[in-house]
Amino acid sequence: MLTDVILIVLFPLIGVVINGLLGSRLKKASGFIGTAAIGLSWAFALKVLVAVMGGATLNENVYEWIAAGTFRASVGFQVDALSAIMITMVTTVSFFIHIYSFGYMRGDRGFSRFYTYLNLFVFSMLVLVLANNYLLMFVGWEGVGLCSYLLIGFWYERKSASDAGKKAFIVNRIGDFGFLLGIFLMVHTLGTVQFAEVFGRAPGVLSTGAATAIALLLFVGACGKSAQFPLYVWLPDAMEGPTPVSSLIHAATMVTAGVYMVARSNVLYSMAPTAGAVVAWVGVFTALLAASIALVNTDIKRVLAYSTVSQLGYMFIGVGVGAYTAGIFHLFTHAFFKGLMFLAAGSVMHAMSDELDMRKMGGLMGKMKITGWTFLIGTLAIAGIPPLSGFWSKDEILAGVYHSHVPGHTVIWALGVIGAVMTSFYMFRLIFMTFFGAPRDPHLHDHAHESPANMTVPLVVLAAGSLLAGAVAGYPIGNGWINHFLGSVLGHTSHGDGLSGGVLIAISVLAGVAGFVVALTMHRSGSLGVASGNPLYRLLAHKWYVDEIYRALVIRPIHGVALGLWHVFDTIVLDGIVNGLGYLVKGISWISSRFQTGNAPVYALWMTLGVVVMLYLVTSP
Amino acid sequence: MAVPTSYYVILSAILFAIGVAGVLTRRNAIVIFMCIELMLNAVNLSFVAFARHLGHGDGQVFVFFVMAVAAAEVAVGLAIIIALFRNRQTVDVGEVNLLKW
Amino acid sequence: MEAFFFFLLAAIAVVSAILLVLFRNPVYSALSLVTTFFCLAGFFVLLDAYFLAAVQVIVYAGAIMVLFLFVIMLLNLGHPDAVEPGVTRYRRTSVILLAVMLLAEVGLMGARRLGAPAPEEGALFTENIPYIGRLLYTDYLFPFEVASLILLVALIGVVVLVKRQPEADGGPSAAETGTQEPA
Repeated sequence: MLTDVILIVLFPLIGVVINGLLGSRLKKASGFIGTAAIGLSWAFALKVLVAVMGGATLNENVYEWIAAGTFRASVGFQVDALSAIMITMVTTVSFFIHIYSFGYMRGDRGFSRFYTYLNLFVFSMLVLVLANNYLLMFVGWEGVGLCSYLLIGFWYERKSASDAGKKAFIVNRIGDFGFLLGIFLMVHTLGTVQFAEVFGRAPGVLSTGAATAIALLLFVGACGKSAQFPLYVWLPDAMEGPTPVSSLIHAATMVTAGVYMVARSNVLYSMAPTAGAVVAWVGVFTALLAASIALVNTDIKRVLAYSTVSQLGYMFIGVGVGAYTAGIFHLFTHAFFKGLMFLAAGSVMHAMSDELDMRKMGGLMGKMKITGWTFLIGTLAIAGIPPLSGFWSKDEILAGVYHSHVPGHTVIWALGVIGAVMTSFYMFRLIFMTFFGAPRDPHLHDHAHESPANMTVPLVVLAAGSLLAGAVAGYPIGNGWINHFLGSVLGHTSHGDGLSGGVLIAISVLAGVAGFVVALTMHRSGSLGVASGNPLYRLLAHKWYVDEIYRALVIRPIHGVALGLWHVFDTIVLDGIVNGLGYLVKGISWISSRFQTGNAPVYALWMTLGVVVMLYLVTSP
Repeated sequence: MAVPTSYYVILSAILFAIGVAGVLTRRNAIVIFMCIELMLNAVNLSFVAFARHLGHGDGQVFVFFVMAVAAAEVAVGLAIIIALFRNRQTVDVGEVNLLKW
Repeated sequence: MEAFFFFLLAAIAVVSAILLVLFRNPVYSALSLVTTFFCLAGFFVLLDAYFLAAVQVIVYAGAIMVLFLFVIMLLNLGHPDAVEPGVTRYRRTSVILLAVMLLAEVGLMGARRLGAPAPEEGALFTENIPYIGRLLYTDYLFPFEVASLILLVALIGVVVLVKRQPEADGGPSAAETGTQEPA
């Protein structure tokens, strides 16, 4: 299996090299090459999945990377149920998004550059997921961060896009700092970064305090990568990038890296219940915060972006309370329906000449049947309506929270239900504003048309996944195929008392329906998309002023310090030293130039001086 | 009572130093040349003094040759000065500064 | 007696040397140099180097200084107007300092190391000229011949150096004649 794994990682890298070096000459063919590379990885990933389902695992080092004293870090791969699920999901979604990009990015000047970056991203993500130690995982972690930056700022001539790319990278970096500190602490206490060794030694060696510290530091990294509070601010801005990027990176794969990491480190989090509680509370807080902003946002992609932040919060709730399988399951289904919805949104934008404002849309269902229906399927899935996929995964999370032992878990559960109502509401709001009702901008509406096949086919495929993946993998709740499959790695969730499973299911379904009903009512009364003077509305419309707060509290002081350093230290001290050296040399050379005046008598003078000195040296006793 | 040889040597040194001062101070090339001749003669004096001190004639023979060569040198040097004068219309060594940047 | 003449001649020599350096007019400088040469000839007599004393007067005072005066006259440098600008005080000071230092080194060193002079006997003192002549033609024959060669070369060199190109209007002040100067 090792060769399969190496090939899975290698194909996208080959794609990068070919497209990177020859892309400008290949033009359209670079799309084929990029897609083919992912296609090959996909095939091998499925092969690996089948093997793992049959019980095979792998944990091998390919190459010793660092050997310092007793510390070893190597390039090695680990394949078990968790990573098999992840690579399947990553390659499947990537493959279809590569196909989609053919149509979406057609005619773009940077077509081959796009595919190069996409392949590089998939390579990094696969390294992240397949790594068998934290250091290699961090390499992939950084790689996806880099690709995120490159792809968000893909249309770099636009200032808003390049700014968004920088914001993403910088905020990510803050999280990565925490991640690195966690790794350092791990090395300090356990002496290794290999998963198997860490998880084997930790229970015996680590104190609860140390485990909590490591877990929290790693979680800081996860907050950055997976856009949790307070490091979520980059994700909405990341919508500046092309829509396939938003779909692949910021819905399905990169942002899930944090969840994956926490799930992978479940041993550590189980040892540190405090850290798990922190994770869960941050998750629910983020979920509600983001959902509240999405309630009133009018940009179709931003709504989906905040929705992603919110759903990631749900995943963290799951892994925070110890329901690791539920969290990963939701990650899996979310990849399908959120990825689908982003692609569909891209299809809508394509039809509406890149218009993003939902207040200008409406009545598109008639013109774009495939897009509309697939979008609707995605919405039903995210709202948690059975039997679509979202229902199974979200419900399992909520059940897991309810039955967990995290302090305040009932409150978290209740907040999660409220969040589900909000989710359902804003998603149906989106549907109603975009696809139903009278078109608000007739001119744009006239030009709308369905997208070409290379864009609609991926939509259909992902819609099928959103429809079926949940039921197939997760039935019955808590005891489905996925629970058994991942249970070998992630442990089984506990079932406590209180409300029984059936009641919990009913409550979460009701939440979804309630949101739909409210949205429908507002749609019928025509008040969707209408700004209100309500101060709460204004607060939400301004995203709780979080960006402004950051600017005042963080950016301005740092900017001031930088300016101060520049004016004082750089200009005066450093330049002074450098210039001073120059003046010194000039001075010395001026002195020395007096020896060479071209004036013969002066030469004679110096010669005589030399004779006098020599005479003294020779004759003195 | 004979004058000690050291007196002659000191005198020679005085004349030599005056010659050096003249070479370094004057700007007229011919006068500089004359100061050089003064220096040569000072050295001649020293040679002869030592010849008497040591008792054999090597010093005096050396002086003979110094005079011969000095004569040749004066001739050539003055010829150069004349040629220089023809070109520059001056014998001021301060003016001969084509090497000056 | 000898001491008396020594100090007298020494005074005259030093004074005229200083005057040589100080006179503005090159002709005056030349004449004071002649005076110095005569004093030097006197010293040679005092030191029993009669031959050299004669040669000094004939060659130095008689030939070399005449040559100097010829050139000064030729270049018309004796003119009262053709005086050179003064030397800067800075230069004068440094030169005097250097000269004094040089003098001090040489003089002190010379004064220190000398012992008693040799007895005044031997061919050097009694029959100076035959003695020198014999030395020149036996021990120092080779340098003697070389010296004559040097004189020949100097002769030719001088002629070449001051030769002028054949020119339509050849005046002494035609500076742009671009004379070849084989340095």
